[in-house]
Amino acid sequence: MQPTQLLKYLVVVLPMLTAACSTTTGEDTATATNANDTATTGALAQNDADSVEVMTLQKKRQMEIEEEEKKQAALRQTNMLFFDFDDSQVEGKYFEVLEAHAAYLRANPGAKVVIEGHCDERGTPEYNIALGERRAKSVAKYLQNLGVTASQISTVSYGEEKPLDKSRTEAAFSKNRRAVLVY
Amino acid sequence: MKKIVTLLLSLVLITPVQAAIEILITEGLDSARPIAIVPFHYEGVAQMPVKISDIISADLGRSGKFNPKAVFEMPQQPKNVEDVDYTAWTEKGVDTIVTGQIYDVRPGQFSVTYQIIDIIRGQITGGGAQMLSGGELVASNDHIMFASKPISFDSSDFRRVSHAISDKVFEQLTGIKGAFQTKIAYVLVTEQPNRPYQLVVADYDGYNEQEIVRSNEPLMSPSWSPDATKLAYVTFENRQAQIFIHDLYSGSREMIASYPGINGAPSWSPDGSKMAMVLSKDGNPEVYVMDLLTRRLTRITNNRTIDTEPSWSPDGKSLVITSERGGRPQLYRIELSSGKAHRLTYTGEMNLGGSFLPDNKGVVVVNRTRGNYHIARQDLRTGSMQVLTKTYLDESPSISPNGNMIIYSTLHGQNQVLALVSVDGRFKARLPSGVGQVKSPAWSPYM
Repeated sequence: MQPTQLLKYLVVVLPMLTAACSTTTGEDTATATNANDTATTGALAQNDADSVEVMTLQKKRQMEIEEEEKKQAALRQTNMLFFDFDDSQVEGKYFEVLEAHAAYLRANPGAKVVIEGHCDERGTPEYNIALGERRAKSVAKYLQNLGVTASQISTVSYGEEKPLDKSRTEAAFSKNRRAVLVY
Repeated sequence: MKKIVTLLLSLVLITPVQAAIEILITEGLDSARPIAIVPFHYEGVAQMPVKISDIISADLGRSGKFNPKAVFEMPQQPKNVEDVDYTAWTEKGVDTIVTGQIYDVRPGQFSVTYQIIDIIRGQITGGGAQMLSGGELVASNDHIMFASKPISFDSSDFRRVSHAISDKVFEQLTGIKGAFQTKIAYVLVTEQPNRPYQLVVADYDGYNEQEIVRSNEPLMSPSWSPDATKLAYVTFENRQAQIFIHDLYSGSREMIASYPGINGAPSWSPDGSKMAMVLSKDGNPEVYVMDLLTRRLTRITNNRTIDTEPSWSPDGKSLVITSERGGRPQLYRIELSSGKAHRLTYTGEMNLGGSFLPDNKGVVVVNRTRGNYHIARQDLRTGSMQVLTKTYLDESPSISPNGNMIIYSTLHGQNQVLALVSVDGRFKARLPSGVGQVKSPAWSPYM
């Protein structure tokens, strides 16, 4: 649209809009003056209507907050993250879960979390202790990047000493390569 | 104070338990030397708790260097040297026999004598060789390689005395000091919900098991003091890794490392004055050496990757460690005087958990090749590596003090069990346990 055209449009449309507004205001005033004797009740009714409207909004907002909190709490129910073999990278699918944990920790500066690092049985126990720590620290760093204070987080590596699934299958191994958030 | 009391309550100290481990030889040695331990002749009334000759036979068979004959294969059971039919033994292909005599001295007290007899020499001389002594011909008895003095012992000491005889026979015939009176420490994890983690010390053959610590949280990495009176280990009983020194005779425990992060892989120096360990207090896992008297730490490694599993060279002048500094975990030797590191291993994808052989000529490692973890030995001069085991997920090798045998942890079926392999890889045995997962074995020094 050319600037001249826009100007013309505004010149035509703006007065119309202003007119419409003044009309509405005029009508309102008219109603108020006409129903003079019932002004008090009318005002009351209007107030009631207003307060109902306000409460609904608050409730809705409240419900939204509760909904969000429920969702966050549900996300926080997930306190376990799994890793690839010999890897300590936090996978993308856990970002939402970690954000929920971070939000909670940010909102509750007194809350503390212990992040446990675990491994499958492959490799030596000592090497797995080191690898488990790397996993726990990678989660800790992720939370810190989301604004969680370092003093709220501690880490402990159990290496291969506390398997979740004791059967020695590939599926069990992948369950054992994990970090666990413990509050 | 309250904490200490709770600690003591949560740990049961030194409780004797039943022997849960027995040894199953899975790969023998055809070239092993044939020997016969003749059932010892007994004169007495008291019942003997075990047969000494059975224990000696089992010891020698388990060394991988001998092939002891079963009793039914023996052509005779001579009471003593005079009764030996040399020709009969020679025909059976046996070149050495051991005879013995046990007496019941008084209730609960026994006495034993034994002789190691060279059948070949006896066959040549007919047991009647003579030599000149002071101008006269006397019986030289040179077919008797060793004749013991009477050994007096308590009825509770049958196994110990048997192992002592095995040590003498082994040393007499191989020139290598026997290690049959040594012990192993290991971690046992049971299925029971209450305090499933146990640290156990047993004779090397699995008998005389004693529970040293029992905990609700993991126990790891036992390491013997050089005088075999103490164990250092890692415990998570306080919800973090901590290194403790445990006196096996007094039962007293002392925490020596509890820094933020990893406190792991303790390894006692050969002179007993220092402890190598892994701490991550400065960021990531690094190797440190602690002076046990002053508790001062010296940092040995400093890089951004994992450094772990320190183990001392026999002369105490260097450490072998596992390090990721070159990408994947490999073994490096670090000279303690200069701090210089020198890469030792190149074979396979990874090499971990190294320890020096007592002769300082090789290292025993956990090698990963094509995803399989096996125990291997690398010659330090030539750099050539020999894979010793064929089992699954092998880890935590520990070498017997005479350098003859390696005990390690492996997966058999659904269970973690201990297994033995000779340093040349030719003899293999499994030590099955019926009660849980057995891991982290540590072979004691000579007792």
